[in-house]
Amino acid sequence: MTTFEIFKYAIDLLAVLLLALGIKGLSKVRSAREANRLAAIAMALAVVGVLVESFGNGGISTNACLWIILGSSVGGLLGMFTAQRVPMTAMPETVALFNGCGGMSSLLVALGVALFSGNSDSGVLIDGIVEIVSIVVSVFVGAITFSGSIVAMAKLQGWLSTPSWTQSKVRHAVNIAFGVLSLVAAIELFRRGEQGLWLLVIASALLGVGVTLPIGGADMPVVISLLNSYSGVAAAAAGFVVGSQILIVAGAMVGAAGLILTQVMCNGMNRSLVSVLFGGSISAGIASESSGTEYKNITSCSVEECALTMEAAERVVIVPGYGLAVAQAQHTLREVTRVLEAGGIDVTYAIHPVAGRMPGHMNVLLAEADVPYEQLKEMDVINPEFPATDVALILGANDVVNPQAKNDSTSPLYGMPVLDVQEARSVFVVKRGMSAGYSGIKNDLFELSNTSMVFGDAKKVLGDLLVELKELGVGKKR
Amino acid sequence: MSFLSEALWILLLGSLLGLELIGKVPPTLHTPLMSGANAISGITMLAALTLIIKAGGSLPLLVIGSISLGFALFNVIGGFLVTDRMLAMFSRKPNRRKGNH
Repeated sequence: MTTFEIFKYAIDLLAVLLLALGIKGLSKVRSAREANRLAAIAMALAVVGVLVESFGNGGISTNACLWIILGSSVGGLLGMFTAQRVPMTAMPETVALFNGCGGMSSLLVALGVALFSGNSDSGVLIDGIVEIVSIVVSVFVGAITFSGSIVAMAKLQGWLSTPSWTQSKVRHAVNIAFGVLSLVAAIELFRRGEQGLWLLVIASALLGVGVTLPIGGADMPVVISLLNSYSGVAAAAAGFVVGSQILIVAGAMVGAAGLILTQVMCNGMNRSLVSVLFGGSISAGIASESSGTEYKNITSCSVEECALTMEAAERVVIVPGYGLAVAQAQHTLREVTRVLEAGGIDVTYAIHPVAGRMPGHMNVLLAEADVPYEQLKEMDVINPEFPATDVALILGANDVVNPQAKNDSTSPLYGMPVLDVQEARSVFVVKRGMSAGYSGIKNDLFELSNTSMVFGDAKKVLGDLLVELKELGVGKKR
Repeated sequence: MSFLSEALWILLLGSLLGLELIGKVPPTLHTPLMSGANAISGITMLAALTLIIKAGGSLPLLVIGSISLGFALFNVIGGFLVTDRMLAMFSRKPNRRKGNH
């Protein structure tokens, strides 16, 4: 072993250790930020490792240097720009986009090696069954990750809707066909080479689209998490292709950890992974039945009435949802709760595990508005407290407060854990109109006698509420 | 065959490590953790780097390696920064909050 090699092994070992500590730390609130930095440092170390090794092997040609600088600066700068500019509400689609690019990278590496490494002078050479298998895996998983992530992003952004044919059984046949086609392509790759390779790229990319397209918006986070796990697998396969151990370790680690995270997220939403992947959109079953989506006995009220009820309350629970995030109203909400707190009213926030569009998304948005972490209560903690609550204020949340999930066994939502807001003495629902939620299902809560609807944009309603509360003298003295 | 058997062991142990690393995750951290793990999966940039370095004079390899490196770094740098942005919101010090008023 040369000095360079020993040095490289030491660096790799350190990098793997830091990566493992990073992933571990990311699962605890207190250490998460440091852990993220640790992981970033580990990645930088791993790059140094590759550079050190190549210096031992006679250095890097200026030509190669130029291409490295070109690729990394374009990708790096775009990444930096995207990460800083993207609004917090668009976080899920951003993660999907990044993830897809990771898959694309693994795919390209495998393609490069398979197509052109014949003319390379050293190292990466395609011969033997191991190389072919790792190329097949890398291309297959990389392509699925890329196309699946892009579809997930487009659906979350609202660029793509769910075509109706994808909700029928046909989609299973189509996806199985793509799967079989990929397998055939892989076998072709062994026998004839290039043609099989292109077929594999196309078939697996289509498979990624076919699997992701039918999945409803509410389940998308789980899919993104799963695709994230896949991109780890793709990286590990790329590690086999170029013969890099650290790539295999890191890829395997992310792949396995991503799988666990996917499972944890499924549990949080009370969905099984199988039903997410093969069950289609949960609204599909009732989309055709237009009956039962009409509302009766809706009580609507003015902001003024809402303010009066709040003034008399002792305990107020805020239930924030995606509507709040879209309206960018978290800062106005914080102002309102400051006034209420100053008036001696106890204010807490009930956070459903999938509030927003992704688990933990709402926590991020509220933290952005300086809401103290202790006031955010998880569903299991807050649910027993609703009977002792005077006012539940629902801001742009819908499916997560639908009592159907508890009461109606025929409802597609049945079994999903929900917030028991109807137990509160009065419920105010701030909503722009009577449209259905993400799942497209009617919300029985709106018809209850203790529920009043306050129609309007969350930000505007909260702004008016703030004015009304101040006029009532809340927070001045009590 | 020695690389293969070594590599398979590494694959196995790495996967086991990954399974053990994440146990209970508070829902608050699901999004940041996913985003952080996603940034790490951009480790495939090492493969792209190796591809370029070992390309020799082959122009197609250099180009495809460079594009691949770009995609990977977009994932890595964007991923870490966006995770940091999310996590920064959790770790606000109480005294800073007072400072805002």
